[in-house]
Amino acid sequence: MDETIYQQLAKYIAVDILKQPDRVIAKDEPLISSGLIDSFNRIDLSLFIEDNFGVVIDDKELKAETLDTLEKFIALILARRK
Amino acid sequence: MTTFSHLLQRQVTENPERISVTLQQSGADDLPLTYRSLYEGAISYFNTYQREGIQPGDVVVLIFQHGRDLIHSYWGAVFLGAIPSVLPFLTEKLSPERYQADLASLISITRPAAIVTYREFEANVRGALREGDSVRALICSDAIETTSAAAWDALPGLRRSPDDVALLQHSSGSTGLQKGVALSHRAVINQLETYGRSLGLNREDVIVSWLPLYHDMGLIAGFLMPILFGVPLVLQSPFDWIGAPYILPQAVSRHKGTLTWLPNFAYNFCAQKIRDRHLADVDLSSWRAVINCSEPVKKDSHQAFYERFKNFGLRPTAMQTCYAMAENVFAVTQSDLAAEPVHEAVDRESFFFERVARLAYDGRPAITLMSSGKPLESVKVRILNERGHDVAERTVGEIALQSDCMLTGYYNRPEVTEKAFLDGWYLTGDFGYLANGELFVTGRKKDMIIVGGKNIYPQDLEALVSETPGVHAGRVVAFGVFDESAGTEEVVIVAEVEAEDPAQRQEIGEAVRLMVSKNTAVVPRQVYLVGPKWIVKTSSGKVARSANREKYLKEIQAK
Repeated sequence: MDETIYQQLAKYIAVDILKQPDRVIAKDEPLISSGLIDSFNRIDLSLFIEDNFGVVIDDKELKAETLDTLEKFIALILARRK
Repeated sequence: MTTFSHLLQRQVTENPERISVTLQQSGADDLPLTYRSLYEGAISYFNTYQREGIQPGDVVVLIFQHGRDLIHSYWGAVFLGAIPSVLPFLTEKLSPERYQADLASLISITRPAAIVTYREFEANVRGALREGDSVRALICSDAIETTSAAAWDALPGLRRSPDDVALLQHSSGSTGLQKGVALSHRAVINQLETYGRSLGLNREDVIVSWLPLYHDMGLIAGFLMPILFGVPLVLQSPFDWIGAPYILPQAVSRHKGTLTWLPNFAYNFCAQKIRDRHLADVDLSSWRAVINCSEPVKKDSHQAFYERFKNFGLRPTAMQTCYAMAENVFAVTQSDLAAEPVHEAVDRESFFFERVARLAYDGRPAITLMSSGKPLESVKVRILNERGHDVAERTVGEIALQSDCMLTGYYNRPEVTEKAFLDGWYLTGDFGYLANGELFVTGRKKDMIIVGGKNIYPQDLEALVSETPGVHAGRVVAFGVFDESAGTEEVVIVAEVEAEDPAQRQEIGEAVRLMVSKNTAVVPRQVYLVGPKWIVKTSSGKVARSANREKYLKEIQAK
């Protein structure tokens, strides 16, 4: 299950946010602290998760300290879907 | 004639208990600040500045997020008769090394006497200080002691002349930070009075703003005008807004906001990224103007915004336009708030090939342009051709202006100031045309790129990319390409590389991206790597940005 979520999120970031379809995003790659996802795109990622997985992420949670990698996003999505 | 200190003194003595600013911060309750508390906080900073030996006329650099310290330190500097200048805060995207290098370069030109910031940020500022530079005091907000109020006549700010420099404004990046726009009390107050009249600004108004104060739109419309004129201000943080754009309509609804200024991209951003669950019980009927300013204004963006919020009470006449620049303090033109801004369809071919905005006819291909309004009553606008002569109505040329609110000069840069004027007319570097008194801004002569309202100088980006290993130094070009969906320009970098191996090229591309985002806080939309001799140069060996942009667009379209 989490593999599908991973694929979807990684594809969304590579294609829609970075506009680099071939870009591989590792599960433990820092997204926010590295500047890969900038402040403009943070909300896009949370709206994508809301629309596709039915999980609402509050804007206050979306920071480098709490949600910096796909691993953490996946864990949060799985936990909230239960 | 008067100064900032006189205007603020009047507000504080006449309406001490009136709420001047309501601060909104993510996760905290609204914090209302009365004129009395604003004055008291400012006096604490004033006393600290005095203790540190800061003098009237000295430049004081302020590096704060939106909050009480930014407000108090600003007005404290005004009461001292010093010259405040707000600088952007470091974001997680930008490298501290670059931030410090830019700050050091600003210090060497602007020669501030003091820098004021948070204790947590002190080390970053120290990294920019150099032996023998102008900075005599690095003041941290936790060192400010609450002091009892001073007598008004003890405030040197009340003895400044209207022609003294009141403040400095910088735009971003290495180039922008080296050009501080110096504005006198007289210029700013003239602008506020004229602009206030054109808006019909009154005491029933409530301004809601998340705009940064290091930008003219935020500083003038979303800070100085409301505070000095006694109009309540609801001030949000740009960092909060970008992560939660719904805080804007929610604040307008809760505080019965009437006026807001936004860059064009923010109309698209709000229309696309605010969900119904954030708009429960939101009522926008109090909003009399949402004014589009600081990047090219697009009819489509207004339409998208209106469609999104019309069921929440938004009036069709609320979407307005303005053309502004720090060199004129702020507004040059303003649309008439009683009606929707004028827009027109012009013949595409004449517009692009003859540079004439002929109204569309016979169903030929047309483009829609929206007016930025008419010049303010104290601003004279001319449209000039390359030889500096006036052009006919509807012909595109460079916008030049004259007003009673022009800059004093670029601070400590007399040579740059001189170049900006032609026979007493300020050359804006923007292209546009006049039709029935309405100004249509159509493009830019200067190569600046405006991303989300932020000015980016391509030469800064090109210099950075040239330093990236694998890139042919000097064979790099940066330009903006308009993104319809985002409603703003995005940065494209074209760089020549020798490498042909795809994996190696990908690595270089990644390094270029990182180089740009870490050093400018702007993420390029595309890094386009090309082979040797791709880039077009002028006969004098300079990179021809517009020719390269055309070439890039053609290649992308062909793919």
